[in-house]
Amino acid sequence: MSDAIESREDREAKLKGIGCSRRRAEDARFIQGKGNYVDDLKLPGMLFGDFVRSPYAHARIKKIDASAALALPGVKAVLTAADLKPLNLHYMPTLAGDVQAVLADEKVLYQNQEVAFVVAEDRYAAADAVELIEVEYEELPVLVDPFVAMDENAPVLREDIREKTVGAHGERRHHNHVFTWEIGDKPGTDDVFAKAPVTIRELISYHRVHPSPLETCACVASMDKIRGELTIWGTFQAPHVIRTVASILSTIPEHKVRVIAPDIGGGFGNKVGAYPGYICAVVASIVLGVPVKWVEDRMENLSTTSFARDYHMTCELAATEDGKLLGLRAHVLADHGAFDACADPTKYPAGFFNICTGSYDIPVAHLAVDGVYTNKAPGGVAYRCSFRVTEAAYMIERAMDILAQKLGMDPADLRLKNFIQPEQFPYNSALGWEYDSGNYPAAMAKAMEAVGYRALRDEQKKRLEAFKRGETRELMGIGVAFFTEIVGAGPTKNCDILGIGMFDSAEIRIHPTGAVIARMGTKSQGQGHETTYAQIIASELGLDADLITIEEGDTNTAPYGLGTYGSRSTPVAGAATAVAARKIRAKAQMIAAHLLEVADNDLEWDVDRFRVKGLPEKFKTMKEIAWAAYNKPPPNLEPGLEATSYYDPPNMTYPFGAYLCVMDIDVDTGAAKVRRFYALDDCGTRINPMIIEGQVHGGLTEGFGIAMGQEIAYDEMGNVKGATFMDFFIPTAVETPVWETDWTVTPSPHHPIGAKGVGESPNVGSVPCFSNAVNDAFAPFGIGHIQMPHDAWRVWKAAERAGLHG
Amino acid sequence: MGNRTISLTVNGKAVSATVEDRTLLIHLLRDQMNLTGPHIGCDTSHCGACTVDLDGRSVKACTVFAVQADGGSVLTIEGMAAPDGTLHALQQAFREHHGLQCGFCTPGMITRAYRLLQENPDPTEEEVRMGISGNLCRCTGYQNIVKAILSAAETLRTDVQLEAAE
Amino acid sequence: MIPGSYDYHRPASLAEAVAMLSDLGEDARVLAGGHSLIPMMKLRLAQPTALVDLARLPELKGIAADGGELVIGAGVTQHELIASEELARRCPILREAAAMIADPQVRYCGTVGGNVANGDPGNDLPALMQCLDATYVAVGRGGERRLKARDFYQGAYATALEPGEILSQVRIPEPPAGHGWAYEKLKRKVGDYATAAAAVVLVRSGGAITSAAVALTNLADTPVFAQAAGDALVGTDGGEAAAANAAAIARTLMNPASDGRGPADYRASVGAVMVRRAIARALTRAA
Repeated sequence: MSDAIESREDREAKLKGIGCSRRRAEDARFIQGKGNYVDDLKLPGMLFGDFVRSPYAHARIKKIDASAALALPGVKAVLTAADLKPLNLHYMPTLAGDVQAVLADEKVLYQNQEVAFVVAEDRYAAADAVELIEVEYEELPVLVDPFVAMDENAPVLREDIREKTVGAHGERRHHNHVFTWEIGDKPGTDDVFAKAPVTIRELISYHRVHPSPLETCACVASMDKIRGELTIWGTFQAPHVIRTVASILSTIPEHKVRVIAPDIGGGFGNKVGAYPGYICAVVASIVLGVPVKWVEDRMENLSTTSFARDYHMTCELAATEDGKLLGLRAHVLADHGAFDACADPTKYPAGFFNICTGSYDIPVAHLAVDGVYTNKAPGGVAYRCSFRVTEAAYMIERAMDILAQKLGMDPADLRLKNFIQPEQFPYNSALGWEYDSGNYPAAMAKAMEAVGYRALRDEQKKRLEAFKRGETRELMGIGVAFFTEIVGAGPTKNCDILGIGMFDSAEIRIHPTGAVIARMGTKSQGQGHETTYAQIIASELGLDADLITIEEGDTNTAPYGLGTYGSRSTPVAGAATAVAARKIRAKAQMIAAHLLEVADNDLEWDVDRFRVKGLPEKFKTMKEIAWAAYNKPPPNLEPGLEATSYYDPPNMTYPFGAYLCVMDIDVDTGAAKVRRFYALDDCGTRINPMIIEGQVHGGLTEGFGIAMGQEIAYDEMGNVKGATFMDFFIPTAVETPVWETDWTVTPSPHHPIGAKGVGESPNVGSVPCFSNAVNDAFAPFGIGHIQMPHDAWRVWKAAERAGLHG
Repeated sequence: MGNRTISLTVNGKAVSATVEDRTLLIHLLRDQMNLTGPHIGCDTSHCGACTVDLDGRSVKACTVFAVQADGGSVLTIEGMAAPDGTLHALQQAFREHHGLQCGFCTPGMITRAYRLLQENPDPTEEEVRMGISGNLCRCTGYQNIVKAILSAAETLRTDVQLEAAE
Repeated sequence: MIPGSYDYHRPASLAEAVAMLSDLGEDARVLAGGHSLIPMMKLRLAQPTALVDLARLPELKGIAADGGELVIGAGVTQHELIASEELARRCPILREAAAMIADPQVRYCGTVGGNVANGDPGNDLPALMQCLDATYVAVGRGGERRLKARDFYQGAYATALEPGEILSQVRIPEPPAGHGWAYEKLKRKVGDYATAAAAVVLVRSGGAITSAAVALTNLADTPVFAQAAGDALVGTDGGEAAAANAAAIARTLMNPASDGRGPADYRASVGAVMVRRAIARALTRAA
């Protein structure tokens, strides 16, 4: 009976459940180089695919001559659109209701667009063959400026949908128009602006970037003609969706399609949608009857797989003289490149951009988004941002600083004055979201105290005076950002991907000896699900997390789920996990009652056991109950101990945070040094503090890269710039600041364990924080909003505009 | 432009392989020798995910021809643990300090850290950051990687002291 | 990502290497560290038919101080250069500049010879060598030639090296004890080529500069030895006014490209800033 002596705390600690910084279960294989990534896979007879790509941004294809390539030893096939047309696969549906060319049909629309697919015995032969394929192009006028995309004489890009005056999201008023999406109260908002004492209006652009995980996109497609089964291994953040799409496109019935996402080397949204490489590998495998592998290289990844952002946001705020917000009015020009390949829930072509009222109590608002086509890579996806939330947060947080400057108010004080207050939750925003919970003033106060905010402002004043006296050539900037984001898509009533509701799932099975296997419909790409889902189960069921195996990614075994992106795993599949565990616990209670010969409600749950109320020495542990489930179930119950939950969340969740940073800018070089960065995140219940901290570090680093120089740019001929790591800014350990992390905990009232998700918060909050810091440094000089990215030369140009170069 | 046979030592084992002159070392290791620990993350020799230890130097295996390693000795992540399976102090520290998330940069990072600590057994934080500046990570923001390397450095120094005392 | 085919050759001596290179014809190249050439081959921007591997040639190794000259084998890697305590004592600007080249892995492979001989305007050592008035020793079928670094660079990837010649040594007149030195490099991130960089070596006596050399990296399609800028410092105290003047003169010699690092006017402007800061730092080290 030594168990009885063990305290509650000790028993809880042994479980390594919720709240424990449990070391990761998945690490063992990674630290020994035994991860299982797609390009590690070798199958007998496997061939390699590689693309011929267009050097031009807009051109007609006159001729493709693959004869020299086909004559090369080791080359098995060359596919072009002509080969895919009879299968109706030369276009594939995108997640945004558009179509995307799999292989360019008669014209190319962006530089590096796929034109032909070579299949050869090995990578080297495939690369040689690509060089030998001759394509004749006739160049067409190029459109890269979204602001003129809908001009009367703008070049026609999408001849394939030329006649379609109605797109997936409504009327198309121009051949380069994708959609218009509007929400809010236009007359009410216009009225407020007409009467407002103070208004600001600014064009705030969020430049085009790319999620750039360290592992590029890849797949191995293997058609087994004898069994009639197609297996696809791939870098898929949403394996089940890929299976359903693959089944529909290939017409192979879904039970004969198996999709396996093995270990994935980072996703960040890059690996949600389908790419031509996947389709071509599948077709090649079906045609040739052997496995076909496709692995893109980095240039292909950065220049053709889905970009992120590229939003041009005109934001207006209306306020009283003393800084109370009266209204928000915004228009967004969204550059979608050549095809709208956005990965958004169907009804939201601009994602959840309408979170742009942010953390503030804004009584009325109106938003309109216009999407346009240009000769750039298709997209965009949510680069660690939950469907345009990074864009929305950037817009409102920049706008707040701009308003603060106009009012002569401190940016933190302006925010404090306008926060949604704790008693206002659940809060219905003017643009249609119901925020679940939040305590913004407490988080902001904690952050400001932690960095000594007021003292920093004093220091900044002194340093500015020193600058003006010529004693220093550095300007100090303080960045303030308070974001509320919306994650955990989402309720099936308004969130679906290609018509499939955005629930998620968990299936948990307890073995006779009390070990567990559980599978979820999500797919980790580094977030540590093998560790954290086990912690939820450990706490719910009183079983040691180290005895719980978590599996994801194999559609033959995992219950249907919509995958991992938009920080949805914890809010949705995490909830499913808790709910499934509670179903098991309910059955376990009945088994325990049977074993202890008491009634069900004579028992109470105590960490890892059911004990008789008032008789704590009479108990059965979950381990004992598991054994009994397999050999002594109550007469009215089946043997076994397992449950599945498909969880349809009642709402999204709304993590929030207060980020503060200090920057010192050398005005003569434009180089900015981050002196300090403090990030306070509230993600509700914290499952694994160590993993949360790691996620925050990573997201802040991505945000740092984005804000300070990362960019996918195009010149006027549509040539893509920044498509290698020479120019695409990924910070090394030297540039990356030291991050200070902190937290508050405001649980989500509607989530079974109160958790909200955190993976994307740091990317959402950090970019405006850095950008506000740079702008703050130059605020005394009145040069207006400085656009991102804040690479050294652009900061230097700002200093020049400010007349600081003497 | 045909094939040639080369001989080298990989993770302590003498091996020979048939390669084209243009075969990159990373492809020899991954595709022919099934050492899929080192990874390919870029095309321009920036990311360091392919880092191995060649003749006592950290090198990017994507920027070395296999034939250049003829007669040489290569250490990859697969050779870091002891023969009896005991993990190297770096491997243990990476797990203990959460120095990895997706794991893709990890083999190259640990292999580079190994050589870094051979060069400098007692680095400062700044020296660690400079020392891994040829290895990119997208997940961790480097902070826990640096912690792990500093921790492993201390463990290794202590081991050396204990051994010396014996 | 995959290079084209070529034939690999591994000579046992420098003489054999020279003969091979000559016999293999004009589409053969030397392979030293390979970290400029192999990336170009992987992009198929360089497609040599043959490579002659210099990496193990003993004649190209070694660092020696020889009668007032520092002699560095062309096959010495950046790592070996940085590790040399002898060089760090006698000519510390070499270590400072080499430590800013690329990253640790590249420095293990990249050679001094490769960095000075391939004519890439982004390389750091060429300007340094011009600043130090180094001489390159080139060996070809016809024997040995000595070429001044200050006369070596003709354009982007175009140097005075003849086809079939291999750089074997870099010879640097040892700067006097107590000289001032600095390599000031502005870059977007560690490992990047310079947005702008300036090398300054000077000697001061009794408060006045008695000799000064200024050279610039990546501010034209070759390194720039800014003779007039160095000359303008002589006789001055090198203070703010003199440094600004020298920088302004150096600026007239700059013709940077506009690229991801910034537009030409920015790069020239920060180039001048690098000159000023290099002068200031060099003075803190000067006797």
